[in-house]
Amino acid sequence: MSKKFTAVRLLCAFGIAFVLTVAIIFGVSEEPVTAIYNLFLGPLQSKRHFFDVFASSVPLIFTGLALGLVFKSGNFSMIADACLYTGAVVTAALAIKTALPAGLHPAVIMLLAAVVGGIIGSIPALLKVYFHTNELVTSLMFNYVFFYLGIYTVTKFLADRAAGTFASLKYQPTASLGSLISGTKFHAGYLIAIAVVILLYLLVYKTKFGYEIRISGSNPEFAKYSGINTSRVIILTQVIAGAVAGLGGSVEQMAMYQRFNWQDSPSYAWDGVIIAILSGNNPKNVPLAAFFLAYIRVGADLMSRRSDVQNELVSIIQAVLILFVTAERFMAGWKQRQEAKKALGGEA
Amino acid sequence: MILQDIINTLSLPEFYFAVFRSATPVLLTTLGAMIASRSGTNNIALEGTMLISAFVGVVVSAFTQSAWIGFFGAVLAGFLISNILAYFILKLNSNSVISGIALNTFASGGTIFALYLLTGEKGASTSLASLKLPSIDIPVIQDIPVIGAILSGHHVLTYAALILVAVIWYMFKYTELGMHIRAVGESPDAAESVGIHVKRVKYTALSLSGILTGMAGAFLSMGYVGLFSAGMTAGRGYIALATQAIAAGNAVIGMLASLLFGFCQSLANYLQSSGIPLQFIQMMPYLIIIIAYTVYCAMVERNKKKKQMRAAAGK
Amino acid sequence: MEQGNILEARNITKVYPGGVVANHNVNLSVKKGEIHALVGENGAGKSTLMKMLFGMLAPTEGQIFVDGKEVHFTSSGDAIAAGLGMVHQHFMQVPSMTVAENLILGAETGSPFKVDRKKAVEITRELSERYNLKVEAEEKVEDISLAMRQKLEILKALYRGAHILILDEPTAVLTPQETEELFEQLLLLKESGHTIIFISHKLNEVKALCNRMTILRDGKTMGTYEISDLDEHEISRLMVGREVSLDIEKAEADFGKTVFSVKDLVYADQFGKTRLDHVSFSIKEGQILGIAGIDGNGQSELVEAIVGTLKLQGGQVRLNGEDLTGASVLKRQEAGISHVSEDRMRYGSAPKLSLEDNAISKVYYTGQLKSRGLIDSKKVNGFANRILKEFLVKYDNSKQSVSELSGGNVQKLIVGREFDYDPDLLIMNQPTRGIDVGAIEFIRKKIVDMRARKKAILLVSADLSEILSLSDTILVMHEGRIVGHISDVKNTSENDLGLYMLGVKEDSKEQIGGAYCE
Repeated sequence: MSKKFTAVRLLCAFGIAFVLTVAIIFGVSEEPVTAIYNLFLGPLQSKRHFFDVFASSVPLIFTGLALGLVFKSGNFSMIADACLYTGAVVTAALAIKTALPAGLHPAVIMLLAAVVGGIIGSIPALLKVYFHTNELVTSLMFNYVFFYLGIYTVTKFLADRAAGTFASLKYQPTASLGSLISGTKFHAGYLIAIAVVILLYLLVYKTKFGYEIRISGSNPEFAKYSGINTSRVIILTQVIAGAVAGLGGSVEQMAMYQRFNWQDSPSYAWDGVIIAILSGNNPKNVPLAAFFLAYIRVGADLMSRRSDVQNELVSIIQAVLILFVTAERFMAGWKQRQEAKKALGGEA
Repeated sequence: MILQDIINTLSLPEFYFAVFRSATPVLLTTLGAMIASRSGTNNIALEGTMLISAFVGVVVSAFTQSAWIGFFGAVLAGFLISNILAYFILKLNSNSVISGIALNTFASGGTIFALYLLTGEKGASTSLASLKLPSIDIPVIQDIPVIGAILSGHHVLTYAALILVAVIWYMFKYTELGMHIRAVGESPDAAESVGIHVKRVKYTALSLSGILTGMAGAFLSMGYVGLFSAGMTAGRGYIALATQAIAAGNAVIGMLASLLFGFCQSLANYLQSSGIPLQFIQMMPYLIIIIAYTVYCAMVERNKKKKQMRAAAGK
Repeated sequence: MEQGNILEARNITKVYPGGVVANHNVNLSVKKGEIHALVGENGAGKSTLMKMLFGMLAPTEGQIFVDGKEVHFTSSGDAIAAGLGMVHQHFMQVPSMTVAENLILGAETGSPFKVDRKKAVEITRELSERYNLKVEAEEKVEDISLAMRQKLEILKALYRGAHILILDEPTAVLTPQETEELFEQLLLLKESGHTIIFISHKLNEVKALCNRMTILRDGKTMGTYEISDLDEHEISRLMVGREVSLDIEKAEADFGKTVFSVKDLVYADQFGKTRLDHVSFSIKEGQILGIAGIDGNGQSELVEAIVGTLKLQGGQVRLNGEDLTGASVLKRQEAGISHVSEDRMRYGSAPKLSLEDNAISKVYYTGQLKSRGLIDSKKVNGFANRILKEFLVKYDNSKQSVSELSGGNVQKLIVGREFDYDPDLLIMNQPTRGIDVGAIEFIRKKIVDMRARKKAILLVSADLSEILSLSDTILVMHEGRIVGHISDVKNTSENDLGLYMLGVKEDSKEQIGGAYCE
């Protein structure tokens, strides 16, 4: 009953998002059919576009995992944004300034980016544990702090003065995660992302610490009474989440860029929210949820190139989905009538 | 050298004028956040609400060629967005943080989407002939040296914000609505049992919070700048969450916390040519608010402990 | 409609989200000017019915009549307007506001733009005088006693012009002496023309106070009777469907050596209020030590201090000779403490997680659930199902969530988990609160089993009959202190305990000191 209901509700949320999207396109576009065709089917038109979806889903997998883990532990830190951005900056610095053999170079970079991400991730958690601040509030502001710090680092130490715009020097060719299928962007980073998915799944569902995360997130009072050190759980989960996000920033840079040019922080951490929600905070479902969003993203890019509808439409779809998927009592009336029928019918 | 710059800046009346100017949007939003929070709901959507209001204000004023109708549009937009939020939180039992994040996502993309539809641009509304709300000179005070330069000639919404501090303080202290908001936030069951419509009060509180945030949005795009640009709220809605927490329900402290932010922000503006790297100056207001907020939380915690120790020792 | 019925509920059915049928074709009719008892076991549907009468819940089916007219309340406000007033089991007050502010809340004096606080204080004093219900108008509610909060609750209803008063288990937080005082005040109200609905599951109180009663069982009405027509056995039979004796058979006490002791525990809360004031006692093998007291007199803090979730400002906790004073919760568990907490949904389980996850919370880190370093779901499944079966939990499968079980079954799961751990000290805090009779009997028997297995047991309960029937020794707490130490339990009555609980009677220092031995 409960599972069926969840499925029906999820379907309805997607239905609402779909209808709204189509309605907006018809409302604003001169060529709605082209727009809709490209948005929903564009990525299927060629092998290149289809594999683009996988490539685009990589940073989403990382932030989805990071946010999902934080949510699972009952916290609401958005620091993954700063972790990812700074991870990317660290990657740029190491990719430009260090020289290592091809296989080793990316490995070292990813490790360091993850470490830096983990350290940054720990800050709101530590403040929460020791000073009782709200991690959401501090993380939101630290995101700005680390963003400016990153911009400073790139401008001051890594900038390519000849570029004319905000961009770093070129990365060493050794620091690249190459494409695995020629003619597409499908890169080794996807395999790394899947490996992290598996690791986090095992962590959450098969280890002592994972159990502590789940109990603390579900009922922190019960966790305390069960002898779980909830402060440790808060800090460690956010360190792990930060490391995952930092790694994500690193993989993204090495796979998709040859120089650092993120003048604005990419919104991957915010996209992580919807991935986490669609996956039910279960790492196992993250690749699929990320694939979905990436698919819409790639479709929206094609749509904005080939029609008069802009790709920001995606944020509207995203918002509508988050709102309805998480609305606990959305369709509760339907559910309750079913239950009442069943309960009373059973007695009569 | 830098110290000298700071001292010079601090001796300028214009600097203090700028403090009020920078504080205004944060102050309005802080007051909004406070009303929502006292009614027991955290309004995380402030950032997005402000952004949408800023956009609507510009668009409506450009099309009607009336600044005040534009302002009304901005406020109405704030009201509507906060009611959507309220509907999801109160009616559909959604998580307030998640719904807030959803609306912020909606706002950041949606405003650009709409801006492009109207202007063909994605960056700013330069091609729209939008209007600004006026500034006001205060008779008598404007003629006093120094004080006149600091206190007179502000934007109408700056004065409105300061007046609202008093209004909201009075509201919580003396009015029925204020009492009901407090009761609903502190013990909703008790409020409901005496016939207070808990949800209605919460809707009202969130609506007020949206209206105030809408005013903040109008100030951003119809104040000194006179245009909308993508992401122009720059985290002020999040800052307000921190200043609101520091205020702990007291509008006057909320004002002081907002002024602290205004102080940092304008100091940053004044120091841009001082040789400190630009990015450090830009991050300063956020950093200072984090520190103020953390110190506040730590102090609350310490006071609790002290009281505990004293009571235990007293026996 | 029958003549003279001031309130009537006809064929009321209520189905909660989740499919629980709390009321099924329930009928209730109350005559003007009577004190009408609504009795039934915990979970029989009394509170649900009252919430519907008071507009807090909408019935799924059925009709409600007040003064002969059908009403459709959509909120408590509607019910108040129709002349109903309710004194809830959990007081409906805003702690940070004063007594007077709470009195007028929702029906303020003055104008909406300027609430008249002075007037509110005057009205409070005047009402307090008239009905002989003493309260301090200008004190904050968080600073007054539970008995005074209850009086405030009654005054609130009267201020709003209630002539039908519903009292939901009003004596649960009162001593026997305070209860008597309350009864006098209620009789006074009855004389002045008020109608009272008195919800209770304590038969002696119903007998002493009420005219008629309606009995609920499993969400159905078992009929309405004149009090004088039924004796306690018949009532009990109607309430629970069989004559249960909750008297537990237990062997003569046979204590071993002292296992557990606390000495001079001191704790003040974050508001600076002293909650534990030099509490000392010890427990021997095979001994059940009962802690009696009105809720909120330091019992919860005492338990927390022993479990390790509370940071003491002074004192010592020892188990098996080991000093556990500064130890973590985990360390204490491993030293041999098991704990059934007072609130099973808040502290005792993670309701949204599966039965399996909840069953393994004491052993999740041990080798017995792992293979190759990872937690093995087959082993978890086996472990959980063994406990669920051994402790007779009714469930569909061990993957379902705890929130889908009834209160009694959740409690059995928790008791199973804690007992299976084979502790040296077993803390039972309100072990049978709010669960069905079958589960109560089962859990009490299990506690006695543990006593026979030579465990030291600390039993904290607000249910005096439970304390009296299970304990070998009783301590009574009042305002954070131990004020009574009773070793002759058999010759002690509920009234004796009440005197201690109220702070009227206090044992000598020597007598209380006798509760502690090295």
